[in-house]
Amino acid sequence: MIEYINILFSEIYKLLFLLIPLLTAVALIVWLDRRVWAFVQKRRGPNVVGPFGLFQSLADALKYMFKEIIIPASSNKTIFILAPIVTMTLALISWAVIPFSESFVIADINVGILYLFAVSSLGVYGIIMGGWASNSKYPFLGSIRSAAQMVSYEVSIGIIVINVLLCVGSLNLTDIVLAQKKIWFIIPLFPMFVIFFISALAETNRPPFDLPEAEAELVAGYQTEYSGMMYAMFWLGEYANILLMCAMGSILFLGGWLTPFNFFPFDQIPGPFWFILKILFLFILFALVKAIVPRYRYDQLMKLGWKIFLPFSLLWLVITASYLFYFNLLPVGQQ
Amino acid sequence: MKLSRIFKTIFMIDFITGLVIAIKEIFKPKKTINYPFEKGKISPRFRGEHALRRYPNGEERCIACKLCEAVCPAQAITIESSERSDGSRKTTRYDIDMLKCIYCGLCEESCPVDAIVQGPNFEFATETREELYYNKEKLLENGDRWENILAANIKADNPYR
Repeated sequence: MIEYINILFSEIYKLLFLLIPLLTAVALIVWLDRRVWAFVQKRRGPNVVGPFGLFQSLADALKYMFKEIIIPASSNKTIFILAPIVTMTLALISWAVIPFSESFVIADINVGILYLFAVSSLGVYGIIMGGWASNSKYPFLGSIRSAAQMVSYEVSIGIIVINVLLCVGSLNLTDIVLAQKKIWFIIPLFPMFVIFFISALAETNRPPFDLPEAEAELVAGYQTEYSGMMYAMFWLGEYANILLMCAMGSILFLGGWLTPFNFFPFDQIPGPFWFILKILFLFILFALVKAIVPRYRYDQLMKLGWKIFLPFSLLWLVITASYLFYFNLLPVGQQ
Repeated sequence: MKLSRIFKTIFMIDFITGLVIAIKEIFKPKKTINYPFEKGKISPRFRGEHALRRYPNGEERCIACKLCEAVCPAQAITIESSERSDGSRKTTRYDIDMLKCIYCGLCEESCPVDAIVQGPNFEFATETREELYYNKEKLLENGDRWENILAANIKADNPYR
């Protein structure tokens, strides 16, 4: 019994050790996003609350907490309340398998990438539930768009992941990172990295693929009827998802926690530092893309996903497989 | 499609060009100002919050001619007047409904003695409607507070009138 409680507490401790920095990071990343966006447009962005406006997100969160939560009379109340909770929970639980260094990972399961993939696919449920339960036209249309978009790009992300898995021979995220000790996968699989990045934009409903919340047509998409803390939870979940996609990109292609320079001063810096640096790099790219590209039309979005990315990543899969097979590099039975 | 266009699409040349421009823009000086801490320059003709001015000896300028009341397109001004003990005509009531006012500046234009003016202050938001029904005391207080700037503005604008 005592032993059980000990394990329970150590697990809770580990979870808190991950969750609190993660939520802080989400708050900071929202600030960074707005700041980069503003800087590209030669504005100043949030710079009043705290040093350089770093606490802006905290101020926003405080504001959301004091706002009234309005539940539409015609909505399905249970699902309406459940939707933001589902979105945020799903965005947070996927972090359990992300390895910050060789030893620092909460659940080192042997199908880590599959788990990550499954949970990020489930993320669409929160949006569909929110859109459906609102019982209003804009959230409904927004959630339909979102579902179609996320399912489409899920497919090409899946094939890109298979590309990487072919080179690694394991579904464990730690193994995937360790397989990049010689060379990061971004170099041999560069086109896949580009497609992964664009698909990640679509997957997280970021511009130029933010059709589900296209404010010009759909007010705010699936979030239209939400207010107060429930809106903030959607918002937190969205940014946690973006961070997750950045983390996934850096694990699959940028060598996770591995140092980019394998000589003296740099190989002494602990792994999590490099990992966070890589996530930040990808996130700044996300923020820059938001500032420079106009929104896609819906048919263009679908065309890009199904007619270009899917065939191309399939083709690249065949090329990778043939190359590895021809030069006898397939990592068979290496585990 | 032209071959060069296909090349550009595949290698995302336009996108990369845009990215480079965006990164360059980040380091350029900002075009906006830190509003609550620094404010943009405003013209001497700026039509902000109203004020009733006085002569240097403390006498009210307003002679209750009611031109401003007549010219006001929103009918925001209400004036009542009576004869004072020294025989001069003065206002007993001078109200401006700042919610009706459209800030056109006609009251200032019509005033023969530069009594009613619109000053440089534009930050007079309040939490209740009642606070925006200005009476004579409030307007005279505004005039006393902003007198230096109001006088300078009228002087600066004088050559163009």
